[in-house]
Amino acid sequence: MSTFSKRTLLSLTAAAAMAALVGCGKKEEAKPAATAPASAPAAAAAPKAEPLKAAWVYLGPVGDAGWTFAHDQGRKAVEAEFGDKVKTTFVEKVPESADAERVIRDLAAQGNKIIFTTSFGYMEPTLKVAAEFPDVKFEHATGYKLAPNMGVYDTRFYQDAYLSGIIAGAMTKSNTLGFVGSFPIPEVLRNINAFTLGAQSVNPKIKTKVVWISTWFDPPKEAEAAQSLINAGADVLIQNTDSSAVLQTAEKNGKYAFGWDADMSAVAPKAHLASNMVFWGPYYKKAVKSVMDGTWKSERTIWGYKEDANGVIKIADAVPEDIKKKVAEVKEGYKAGTMDPFKGPIIDSEGKERLPKDAMPDQAWKDKVDFYVKGVDGKIPAGK
Amino acid sequence: MDQLPLLIAATLASGTPLALAGLGLLINEKAGVLNLGAEGMMLVAAIAGFAAAFTTGSDTLAFVAGAAAGGLLAAAFGALVIWLNTNQYATGLAVSLFGYGFSAFVGVGYVGQKLSERTPFEIPGLSQIPFIGPALFRHHPMVYIAIALIAAAVWFLYRSRAGLVLRAVGESPESAHALGYKVRWIRLMAVVAGGALCGVAGAFLSVVYAPLWVEGLVAGRGWIALALTTFATWRPVRVLLGAYLFGGVTMAQFALQGAGVNFSSQLLAMLPYIATIVVLAIISRNPTWIRINMPASLGKPFHPGT
Repeated sequence: MSTFSKRTLLSLTAAAAMAALVGCGKKEEAKPAATAPASAPAAAAAPKAEPLKAAWVYLGPVGDAGWTFAHDQGRKAVEAEFGDKVKTTFVEKVPESADAERVIRDLAAQGNKIIFTTSFGYMEPTLKVAAEFPDVKFEHATGYKLAPNMGVYDTRFYQDAYLSGIIAGAMTKSNTLGFVGSFPIPEVLRNINAFTLGAQSVNPKIKTKVVWISTWFDPPKEAEAAQSLINAGADVLIQNTDSSAVLQTAEKNGKYAFGWDADMSAVAPKAHLASNMVFWGPYYKKAVKSVMDGTWKSERTIWGYKEDANGVIKIADAVPEDIKKKVAEVKEGYKAGTMDPFKGPIIDSEGKERLPKDAMPDQAWKDKVDFYVKGVDGKIPAGK
Repeated sequence: MDQLPLLIAATLASGTPLALAGLGLLINEKAGVLNLGAEGMMLVAAIAGFAAAFTTGSDTLAFVAGAAAGGLLAAAFGALVIWLNTNQYATGLAVSLFGYGFSAFVGVGYVGQKLSERTPFEIPGLSQIPFIGPALFRHHPMVYIAIALIAAAVWFLYRSRAGLVLRAVGESPESAHALGYKVRWIRLMAVVAGGALCGVAGAFLSVVYAPLWVEGLVAGRGWIALALTTFATWRPVRVLLGAYLFGGVTMAQFALQGAGVNFSSQLLAMLPYIATIVVLAIISRNPTWIRINMPASLGKPFHPGT
């Protein structure tokens, strides 16, 4: 059975045991300087230098038209930017198991100087291999554990979700939106909340119904969940799962929906309102460049609109002009740093204030989202 | 209450692939062959059906392609277990794993492709009846064909001479052999027919239900179909009802979630298998029940010489 448990929380259980190991690695860690062979003083003019080897570890096939495809677009952006100064490789369809560690270690042993591991479940294997190869830089997507030679990166997908919410709020006739969710983790809850808040910003009567399917990827199940949301009265749908099945179900029923992780406009021309995108390219270019320059630092980086790492694209012609304008305004707000989907007041579905009026949420607040905002129906399934 | 007819409709649609595949496996097992390769056959058929629908635009051809793909893979399985007497469990598992990889390999170019526009199906007149219309009469023809196939299987297995021979082969291949029946060929035909039905189920998923192709599309439904044959104690009508039950549980859970009622989806995902184990436990306590329904030579190889 295929369980794309990307970003799965299962590996959390192993976290405690790993902490000790990382501690050991830290002590032996050398300074991360002068590791890249191509790090000449003037990087731009480095002649005949060995190309910097960079590698990517992917969860899915590059043709998955979603998560892995988006990462591979980022890798291609690195190739386009640096040309023959960089040599990239990737390994696709790497399970989040003991295999991952072997693949990452192989890549490190082959002389790659920076390795991107692009799924949550690679966190522990990456940490382990990072401790063995202090001269190699590791970058892990969507995780939260750092090591002296391992950084973490992510994007602000909820910025997209909020913009899609604005569009959904304007396009719904039943004032009921539907969300097909995978697992009730903060990342997904943030998206549900941002989507709802966006819709409420143009239409205060909005209600969002959520159906959880306990998988990132099961197209028939995604379609069933979408159908049940439509049956329950939702007429604009969005999903935090990996296939285009929700969009296709909306098309079949004459409703609206969004693309997620990839441009899905071609799949359902009538139902498609916009596609929510992640662009990893800008970050990959920055990270590779910093290894070339010898300026790489271990840190947690979360990029969004400001850094061109997210985007809501291909907004349908059916969306009214003033709504498109509003979307553009919020985008500008993101870029200027004056706008945040979770700007206070944030009231949860039980009426409790989670953030006071006009307060801006910090990252720690966003990391811990464990509630629905007002307007989302039902209760979050208990994880424990 | 206007949701109820839609829930019934969704249940019928989600039960259909399970019923088709379950019926195919039942026919296999009635002849004494256990094919654990259902998941693999459904996957290979799903991509074959999707590719056919994509290139020709015809649902009928898609189902033909799916049935052919499922039948072919089943024939290979049959040749291995019936003539070479390879272990049925291991060979079936190999077919499942092979089908997963092979379908992913040949399907790469079809990921994210879109099938041509399809019109909704409605039975004129009947579909306009309130409540019953939207619940029962707005389905893809395959939903009705599946019911007809179950009826045909009941007639075939219990009313026709050929069905009697098939069951005899499953109960006691030695006796059937002694009577002059070609046990191996009969088993092969049953295996191919079963594979073809699994193939139709796979094509239904990729062409009608999802409708799209991605790696691993079948997502465990082959295993549910296998559990279903035991759950149904090898009776075709119970396969159909069980398929609707297993399909309906998922849909009911989604409908409840949509209505704001909470229910553990993980627990529900286990239900088909728990139900199967319960049924197994019950029928195992009752020897007559097993003797009546379970094919006596299920899973055992047959050597004509002995």
